[in-house]
Amino acid sequence: MLKVDTEKCTGCGECEEVCTFGAICVQNDVAVVDQDACTLCGICVDACPEGALELHDEERLLATDLSSWKGIWVVAECRSGVFAPVTFELLAKSRVLADKLSTDVTAVLMGHEIESRAQELILHGADRVLVIDHPELATFTDEVYGNILADLAKKERPEIILAGATAAGRSYIPRVATILNTGLTADCTGLDVRAEDRALLQTRPAFGGNLLATIVCPGHRPQMATVRPHVMRASAPDPGRKGDVIRILPGENLLGHRVRVLESVKEQAEGPNLSEADVIVTAGRGFEQEKNVELARELADLLGGTVGATRAAVDAGWLSGRSQIGQTGVTVSPKLYMACGVSGAIQHIVGMQGSEIIVAINKDAEAPIFDVTTYGLVGDVKEILPLLIRSIRKKRGL
Amino acid sequence: MAQVNYFLTEEQQMIVDLARQIAVEKIIPVRAELDETGEFPWDIMKDIAQADLFGLYIPEEYGGFAKGCFENCLAVEQLAYGCIAVTTTFAASALGGYPILLFGSDEQKACYLPDIASGRRLVAFGLTEANAGSDAARIQTTAVEDGDDWIINGTKQWITSGGEAEIYTIITMTNRNKGARGATAFILEKGDPGFSFGRKERKMGLNASSTRELVFNECRIPKDRMLGKKGQGFIMAMRTLDLARPGIGAMAVGLAQAALDEAVKYARQRIQFDQPIISFQAIQHMLADMATRIEASRALVYSTARTIDAGANDVAKLSAMAKLFATDMAMQVATDAVQILGGYGYMKSYPVEKMMRDAKVLQIYEGTNQIMRNVIGQALNKEYTKK
Amino acid sequence: MNIVVCIKQVPDAKTVRFNTEKGTLVREGVEAVINPFDFHALEAGLQLKDTYGGEVTVLSMGPPQAESALKEALSLGADKGILLSDRAFAGADTLATTYTLAKAIKKLGPVDLVLCGKQAIDGDTAQVGPGLAVRLGLPYVTCVNALSVLDDGKTMHLRRINEDGYDILELEMPALLTVLASLNTPRLPSLKGKMRARKAEIPVWDARELGAEPDRIGLAGSATQVVSTWVPTFEARREMLEGPAEEQVKALVFRFKEAGILNA
Repeated sequence: MLKVDTEKCTGCGECEEVCTFGAICVQNDVAVVDQDACTLCGICVDACPEGALELHDEERLLATDLSSWKGIWVVAECRSGVFAPVTFELLAKSRVLADKLSTDVTAVLMGHEIESRAQELILHGADRVLVIDHPELATFTDEVYGNILADLAKKERPEIILAGATAAGRSYIPRVATILNTGLTADCTGLDVRAEDRALLQTRPAFGGNLLATIVCPGHRPQMATVRPHVMRASAPDPGRKGDVIRILPGENLLGHRVRVLESVKEQAEGPNLSEADVIVTAGRGFEQEKNVELARELADLLGGTVGATRAAVDAGWLSGRSQIGQTGVTVSPKLYMACGVSGAIQHIVGMQGSEIIVAINKDAEAPIFDVTTYGLVGDVKEILPLLIRSIRKKRGL
Repeated sequence: MAQVNYFLTEEQQMIVDLARQIAVEKIIPVRAELDETGEFPWDIMKDIAQADLFGLYIPEEYGGFAKGCFENCLAVEQLAYGCIAVTTTFAASALGGYPILLFGSDEQKACYLPDIASGRRLVAFGLTEANAGSDAARIQTTAVEDGDDWIINGTKQWITSGGEAEIYTIITMTNRNKGARGATAFILEKGDPGFSFGRKERKMGLNASSTRELVFNECRIPKDRMLGKKGQGFIMAMRTLDLARPGIGAMAVGLAQAALDEAVKYARQRIQFDQPIISFQAIQHMLADMATRIEASRALVYSTARTIDAGANDVAKLSAMAKLFATDMAMQVATDAVQILGGYGYMKSYPVEKMMRDAKVLQIYEGTNQIMRNVIGQALNKEYTKK
Repeated sequence: MNIVVCIKQVPDAKTVRFNTEKGTLVREGVEAVINPFDFHALEAGLQLKDTYGGEVTVLSMGPPQAESALKEALSLGADKGILLSDRAFAGADTLATTYTLAKAIKKLGPVDLVLCGKQAIDGDTAQVGPGLAVRLGLPYVTCVNALSVLDDGKTMHLRRINEDGYDILELEMPALLTVLASLNTPRLPSLKGKMRARKAEIPVWDARELGAEPDRIGLAGSATQVVSTWVPTFEARREMLEGPAEEQVKALVFRFKEAGILNA
């Protein structure tokens, strides 16, 4: 229960301004709380310059009674009718964690005309699916998705919430964590649980992957993490799995949003997107001219992969910024990474060093890229790539 | 390892840091391409302008920083570390701007200096002609009074930033009978009637710098475009060159430093006969000579610049010495750098061959090094006459 | 326009080193620089100021040496810099960091736009921007790589990048944005800017100055804790393929076949 100390309250309206849920407003120069809409997030308490707001003790106590929080949630992501692969990767991982904790896995599915997809989540490991199907959710917005998830979490009290570290995930999950006043670990590459205190052990890279850290959230619930796509393995769907699908109607106060989506553009990507590609052929300065980058495209097409770029290639205008791999670009870990004409500056290496097989072609034998390669070829990309393309074509009988 | 301490003030260090940042972030990434295409470096000129470096030597009332020759040298040296073609474009604007600063009327200064300080308009300096290089007195471009105007006829050759600059300081013959006292300077603007440009020259190096003919065909300009007094043209030109020559020396130091850095880097990595080649005396001795001469040149350039800023009057000899020594050094260092890189030094995919091609012009423009020796020799003669 | 840009001083990726035995960062001799993404956030703020007038204030939570980052921001054109520094702020995770930053921004008064880089290259979380927006009650958009302000001076159109392409979004200020490197090209400092920065005074606000509650800041206010760190070793095989180009290619294709890469 949120209480207003009417002696201290000056009716300044700071609380009304910061409240995401429209649960507090100033009437007759004093703050008035709509207890039904209030999610006890406490942000207004921080914002009040007079210290006139307080979360009632009992509620606070319950909120800090960690053992009352149970279950693992996976927040599903569905874009244009296709589940992001990380959703299934998370379900598989959650199954393992849930078994260790003797608890269950709930998938949260938000969207519009989405209910029919809930079964897939069950087949991939969810014990139940909370479906929030509403026209306002047809397009992703940070505010609505975030508010609904936070509200649900407050009511249902899961001990762990996992989501994909996708563009959307990295955008709205921090919103949820802040509203819930709990810890969030971003872009995890490893997850485990410690049975004795039900702690989620979250492993994630820092410094562009030069350091790995394991993190816990000891005193707050839910323990939240976003997980890097393409690192954990999804399991095959089990057609015999059964589960519950529960439809939830979101409160009107959760559907307001101030950001409007005017247009959504899908760009014709050349091949699978970088974070999900199995093969990446990256073009660097060694190509020397834009027309030579065509060789990288040809090779990528041949191997069913995508073209990546170094900062140099992007600056030269040969490839778009979205193809840039590295510290200020995308981090990837494909099965095969071909660094062509790439010198191997640290800012680039941190974006790809986790790849399974790394091949580099560079005419400078001393180039730092060769420190991280599986196979290195010293030579000119303009000479080697055509030979490689021809050779692969021949092997494939093309 | 101790480096020479030149006791720079905080502001001087800021200038060095700024110019260095431009060289590393803006010039070096594109220098090879600019050299190849000969494209005028407008983007880099904008960056230099945004960094406030065009206004270093210009008084504060016109938007400048009222700094001296030394600060200009500091900036030029760091930019030259990137590319002297780009730096020449920057430095030439000072060469063209100095006459207006030193000899312009208040109206002329108010009209042109703010734009020069802000880098909004570039300046070019036009003295050289086809038949008048070292022998500047042989210029044949004429300026004749006609009512309230002057009419200019003639052609200037090999003018840096010709065609791209908007302001031109040119020296014309107004009275051939008076010989060296018969020249007058004028300020011309791109677009003046009868003022056009010839073809762009293709050069051995310095390709990002635009070198063009200026063609004056019954070019009519108003009287208020005369710069300084009639007959003072050569005196103004000589004075301007005296102030600008240390800058050429600074450019030479910057280029040589870049060449040395490439050579040392390469020699440390290149393994032949089971060792990095820097462990061979032949290479070490070359590098040692290169490094020592760079330090000596830098010291001479800096001392000369500081002497000028301290208000010294007759600086022709010192100025010529700084230019002569540093530019001869730079040509040698750049050539040695190519030699040390061997086959790679000859390849365009490494930066030193460009440095060698660029360095040659330093011994030629703003007074050939032979003329520099003349100046020094004559100055010594004059000095010793007094002793 | 009143613009606040949040910047962070981070170790320079070029000079940073890691102690493999201890599994930690080596702090000595490492240069501290402004987080690369923050340059773009600052540039966005400066461009808006150039067009619409107003003031750009830069804010940073960090140790005393973070003052140099704020001075650098001033040399680029920011009007004011404020350092949030206190021993009690140390060890903060993003929850505690956003609390502290929010307190400071609230203290500054009404703000039209808060700009942040997408993420800091040391923490890599990308969580501070969204969390800060929630605490300030501001609508926000992350991963912005194009922005324009409409004639009313309040409505913004933004391009937000995602895996599939991009969205064009509209919102009104006051708002918070996190930006990508592809948004703009940061300007170089100017000599006038450097001189101004040298003379400028950077006020330091501590916990008391912010009225921050001790259990919400620093380690005490953090919900997450690091239990261990280690330096991953990437065992690169480093096999250099020998011979002229044709031989190298032959050897590579052989290895591709073995690894099953050619089955598609």
